[in-house]
Amino acid sequence: MLEIKDLTVEVEGKEILRDLTLNIERGEVHVLFGPNGCGKTTLLMAILGLPNYKVKKGCITFKGVNITDFPTNERVKRGMGMSFQHPPEIRGVKLGDMVNIAQGRKEEKIDENVIDLAKRLNISVDFLNRDVNLGFSGGEVKRSEILQLLAQSPDFVMFDEPDSGVDIENIELIGKIISELMDRNKMPSKRKKAGLIITHSGSIMRYIKADRAHVMLEGRIACSGMPDEITKNIMENGFEKCVELCVRSEEVGAE
Amino acid sequence: MTKKEIIERAGRAKAKKAALGEDIVIENYVTGKEHDPLNSLGDFPEEYQQDLLDAGIEPSEKDRSGSFLQQDCSVVFSTVKYPGLELMSTTDAMKKHDWLEDYLWKAVPVDIDKYAAEVELDQTHGYFIRSEAGKKVTMPVQSCLFITSDKIGQKVHNIIIAEEDSELHIITGCSVSHAVNSALHLGVSEFYVKRGAKITFTMIHNWSRGMEVRPRSAVVIEDDGVFISNYILMTPVKSLQMYPTAYCVGRNARATFQTIIYAHGDTKIDSGSRAVLRGEGSRSEIISRVIAADNARVIARGDVIGEAANAKGHIECRGLMLSDSAEVDSIPELKATRKDLDLSHEAAVGKVAEEEIQYLMARGLSEEEATSVIIRGFLNVDITGLPDALARETKRMFDMSLEKVM
Repeated sequence: MLEIKDLTVEVEGKEILRDLTLNIERGEVHVLFGPNGCGKTTLLMAILGLPNYKVKKGCITFKGVNITDFPTNERVKRGMGMSFQHPPEIRGVKLGDMVNIAQGRKEEKIDENVIDLAKRLNISVDFLNRDVNLGFSGGEVKRSEILQLLAQSPDFVMFDEPDSGVDIENIELIGKIISELMDRNKMPSKRKKAGLIITHSGSIMRYIKADRAHVMLEGRIACSGMPDEITKNIMENGFEKCVELCVRSEEVGAE
Repeated sequence: MTKKEIIERAGRAKAKKAALGEDIVIENYVTGKEHDPLNSLGDFPEEYQQDLLDAGIEPSEKDRSGSFLQQDCSVVFSTVKYPGLELMSTTDAMKKHDWLEDYLWKAVPVDIDKYAAEVELDQTHGYFIRSEAGKKVTMPVQSCLFITSDKIGQKVHNIIIAEEDSELHIITGCSVSHAVNSALHLGVSEFYVKRGAKITFTMIHNWSRGMEVRPRSAVVIEDDGVFISNYILMTPVKSLQMYPTAYCVGRNARATFQTIIYAHGDTKIDSGSRAVLRGEGSRSEIISRVIAADNARVIARGDVIGEAANAKGHIECRGLMLSDSAEVDSIPELKATRKDLDLSHEAAVGKVAEEEIQYLMARGLSEEEATSVIIRGFLNVDITGLPDALARETKRMFDMSLEKVM
C-alpha cells in the first residue's frame, strides 16, 4: 500500500528525515516509537505531503503511484487520512462541518450514520455544533479527530499520538474504534486497510494489534521488529538501548 | 422642542462637520425626479429585481408582514398585511399621528452634524414602523431604500417604535442600481423599544463603488426591552461612516450589535457600535467581524459606557487581513463611571493561518476551498434572538452575499 524509499525531508531548511525506508502492506498496521524530536510527526506530515515538509530525496509510492509531488488533498482523495496530535482551532467552522468536509458532502446537514458514529465516541450532537478544537479538552480533540477519520474512511490511516491526553476509561474505547478503522476486527485475508501509529506511551497498543513496530532515532528507522518484543525492550531498556539490542541481534543473525 | 426650534438648530449645524469620517459635499447631490407608485414589488423594473434580492428583499412578499420600498426620493410601495403593525412613509405618519413629533430627534440630536441637519432641512421621506402594544409581529417587515438615479442624494428619516410588550422584526436593505456611478445616502434612524418590547433589525447594505453613506442611528431601550442589530456589508462602498448608539435607559435593557463586513476594492469604512448602559442591570454585546482585502481601509470601533449599577458590556472585534495593501484599525473603548459594573473587550487582527489551511487540506479540500471555508467560518457569527425562520433567512442572505464576493 505504502512504500517509502530513501526519503530525506527538510523542514525550514533543517534535515529531519534521512534516507528513510519503510514499507506498509495492505492489511498491515505498523507502530512507530521514538523519543521526542526524532522525526515521527515529520514522517507522517511528509507522507501526507504538507507544504512545509520538503522532500529532498527519495520517493513515496501509494497504491502503486508515485505521489511524492502530489498536493495533500490529492493524496487524501486517493485514500490517506490522518489524526493530528495538535490540530488547529478554526473559528466558525464546526466539528459537524469538518465531518461533512471529510465525507465530501456539500450539505450542511450531518449524515445520520455519522451521528451514530459520534454516539459511539460519546460525542453529542451539541458537541458537533462547536467550533472545531476551540476549547476542546485533550481527550475531546482525539475523539473529534477519530470521528473525522471515521467519516472519511481512508484506506491508509495515520495516527499521531491518539492516546495522549485521553483518560483511562476512554483509551479502551478509542483503541477499539481505531482498530476497526484499520480493519483489525476482520480476518487477515479480509483486511483492506493499513495504518501507521505514533505513540509515546504505547498504552493504547494494548487494544490495537500491530503487525510490526519500528523505533525511530535521529530521522531514521533504527530498528524494527515484532511489536511485543520492541515494546518490552523499550519499556525495560529505553529507546537507545533497544536500538543497540536490535543492532546486536542483527549482527548475530548475520553470522 | 418646537418644529421651529428644530429647524433653527438644524440650520445652525448645516456646516458642522462630523466627528468621524471624511467630509462629504452634500451639495454635489440632487433630489431628482419623482417615481410613480407601484401596485406590487413585482412591478419594480426587471433590471432592479436582482438588486432587491441582494438586499434581502423578497419581491413576492412571501412570509413578510409588510413591505416598504423607497426609490431615490419617492416612496413607491408600502403595504401592511398584519393587524397591529403600522408601516408607511415618515411623511404620511407625521400627518396621521400628532404625537409622532415627540419622537423626532429624541434619540439622534438634529445638530449632531451636518448630515443629520440636512435630513431635517431637506428630508426625502423614510419609513415609519410601529408595533402596537402587546402585538408580537414575528413575521418580519421588509423595507428597502433603493437608489436608481445618478447623483441622487437620498435623505431619509426612519422612526421605528415597538410599543410595550410588542415584538418587531425588520429586514432592511439599502441597495443601489449598478447603473449609478455616484450617489449619497443619508439615513437617520430612531428606534424606540418600550418596556418589555423587542426589536430585531437585520440590515444588508448592498452599495457600490460610487456610494457615499452616512447613517445616523440611535436606539432608546426601556425596562426589559431588547434590541438586536445584525449588519451585513459585503459589497464595495466609496465611503461609509456610522456609529449607531443604543441607550439602555431602562432596567435590564439589552442591546446587541453584530456587524459583518467584507471590505474589498477601494472601500473606505469607519464603522462602530456604541452602547450606553444607563439602566440598572442593563447589558450590551458588540460583536464585529471585519475582513479587509485589496485596498480596503476599515476602522472598526466599539464603545461601551457603563453608568448604572450591575451593568454589563462586552466588545469582541475580530479582523482578518487578506491583503498587504489593506488596513484595519480596531478600536474598542470602555468607559465606566461607577464601581459595581463589568465591562470587557477583546480585539484581534490576524491572517488566514497556514496550519488551518493544511488541516482542511488533510480532510480533502484544495488550498482554495480551505481558504474559503476559513473565511466563511470567520464571518460566521451565530445570530441569536431571531425567530427560527428569520434566522434561517438571515443565514441564507449571508451565504448569498458571501458567494458573490468569494
